[in-house]
Amino acid sequence: MTELMTLFFVFALSFIVGYFLISRVPPLLHTPLMSMTNAISAVTILGAILIFSVELGSCEKFLGITAVIMATFNVVGGFVITDRMLKLFKKRTPPE
Amino acid sequence: MNAWPNLLIDLLIICLFLGGISLFYRPKKARAGNLMAAFAILAAFVAVVLRNPLEEPVLVVIAVAFGGGAGWLVARAVNMVQIPAMVAFQHGAGGIAAFLISFVELTRAASIPTTVVGEISGFLGLVLGAATFSASMVASGKLANLLYQKPVTLKGHSLWLLAIAVVIVLVAAVSGLSGNPARGYLLVALIGLSVLLGIVFSIRVGGADMPILISFLNATAGLAAAFCGIIIQNRLLVACGAAVAASGSILTHTMCRAINRSLTNVFVGIQQQGSSKTENLFFELPVRKESRAQPAEGTPPSEDGFSRAIRAAMDASKVIIIPGYGMALAQAQFKVVELAQRLEKMGKNVRFAIHPVAGRMPGHMNVLLAEAGVDYDKLVEMDDINPQFKDVDLALVVGACDVVNPAAIDSEGTPISGMPVLMAHEAKTVVVCNLDEKPGYSGVENPLYEMDKTITLFGDAGATVEKLLAGL
Repeated sequence: MTELMTLFFVFALSFIVGYFLISRVPPLLHTPLMSMTNAISAVTILGAILIFSVELGSCEKFLGITAVIMATFNVVGGFVITDRMLKLFKKRTPPE
Repeated sequence: MNAWPNLLIDLLIICLFLGGISLFYRPKKARAGNLMAAFAILAAFVAVVLRNPLEEPVLVVIAVAFGGGAGWLVARAVNMVQIPAMVAFQHGAGGIAAFLISFVELTRAASIPTTVVGEISGFLGLVLGAATFSASMVASGKLANLLYQKPVTLKGHSLWLLAIAVVIVLVAAVSGLSGNPARGYLLVALIGLSVLLGIVFSIRVGGADMPILISFLNATAGLAAAFCGIIIQNRLLVACGAAVAASGSILTHTMCRAINRSLTNVFVGIQQQGSSKTENLFFELPVRKESRAQPAEGTPPSEDGFSRAIRAAMDASKVIIIPGYGMALAQAQFKVVELAQRLEKMGKNVRFAIHPVAGRMPGHMNVLLAEAGVDYDKLVEMDDINPQFKDVDLALVVGACDVVNPAAIDSEGTPISGMPVLMAHEAKTVVVCNLDEKPGYSGVENPLYEMDKTITLFGDAGATVEKLLAGL
């Protein structure tokens, strides 16, 4: 039960701190922000990996592998595309 | 699992995530922030693998390599116009992972006793994950122009949604009480129902409401991850999921406010009541009577309009360009930027005014223009640029209607009354390059078109801008 309370505490705290931090992000960067938070939400990859931490049947194995593939697709794709987008935001020297 | 060193490592990783997000405060630092978050995920991954010896390590490594490789290839290949569809698709991939994990953990929970709260979280993770998956696929299809764009409303749409939701709750309750293998089948049925819920939910949203749907799905994907975290008792999942849910909620709220609709309004599909006729309450707009003789849709605008617009551009010293959804649709951003650069070479001050809902997802217009080569300090937010329109010689509207509609300020009872708009009507001259004279998505007539100082050039935005370029 204490474990559960800790988890709820972690949830509430992260939500509040996240809310506070993200409110300051300028609209200019909203698309990369969403793309990056999307990659972060693929932290489910940890859960997918943990499926393999106990002995498992062939059905669970198949589902686990699918979950791992989807989550890594989401993580890698999300961060790479965010990086590509952010590279576009430049400030050049004013034209002479 | 509960040892202090582990807690410390988790806290450190969470701090890295939040630090990464906080760097998004400035465009220059955002790239480092993204890398920081990516590093945090990598660190979390390594920590989990070190703490828990895995069964079938070879299979897992292959899966990681395959998923990662595919993600990398796709992310390299998409262009900036496809970003919204790509992000929606990614929400869906996250949803799949969330409901599969919940499924496996819930079927295991039937043999290994867990807490009630943990199980409820598992069910929530499963339902939210599956619904996020299907809704994201629909959204992605719409954003990629593969599916019908307009909202599709079934007969008794809200009742259907409610009925599906009730059945989901019932099935979840029954499967919560039953053991294997019955629970497995019930959970499969639950996934099917949730997928259906996502589809029915998302087909009703379309057009200009897409930025709201995609932000909302961002939040639900985060929530699904957090619930997954509760059932497997993993702090990192809970923390990251919560932060993402917060981000999605903020973006959803911002988009709703910018489009002047409440969340229920968008998702319940209520078309706002109220007149689409605009009555001026506070001030009279000078209306050009003869403007009724506008060319019909599809016919090229009069040469007179072009020469007047070109003259206005030549004479102007301060220019603000207002790009809208129509510009993104016509993919005219490169031409528009070329025009802006030409005007700058002529010694004029050119900036872009960005309305929060311009584009197909929050902030999309900025990415499109950045790709086309505009410096980010020329991309000005609505609140910053609005007071400056009074001193501007020329406001060039490209493919935007509702976001420059002065009726939002001076008439009451229309769907856009009270919606924040760009003050294009305060500029000395306004040039409108829109497809046609029809009202925007809200259906409210735009009195801006009728003003004396407005020059309307109807037709394809790309062609119109090219013609302006040729004339300069």
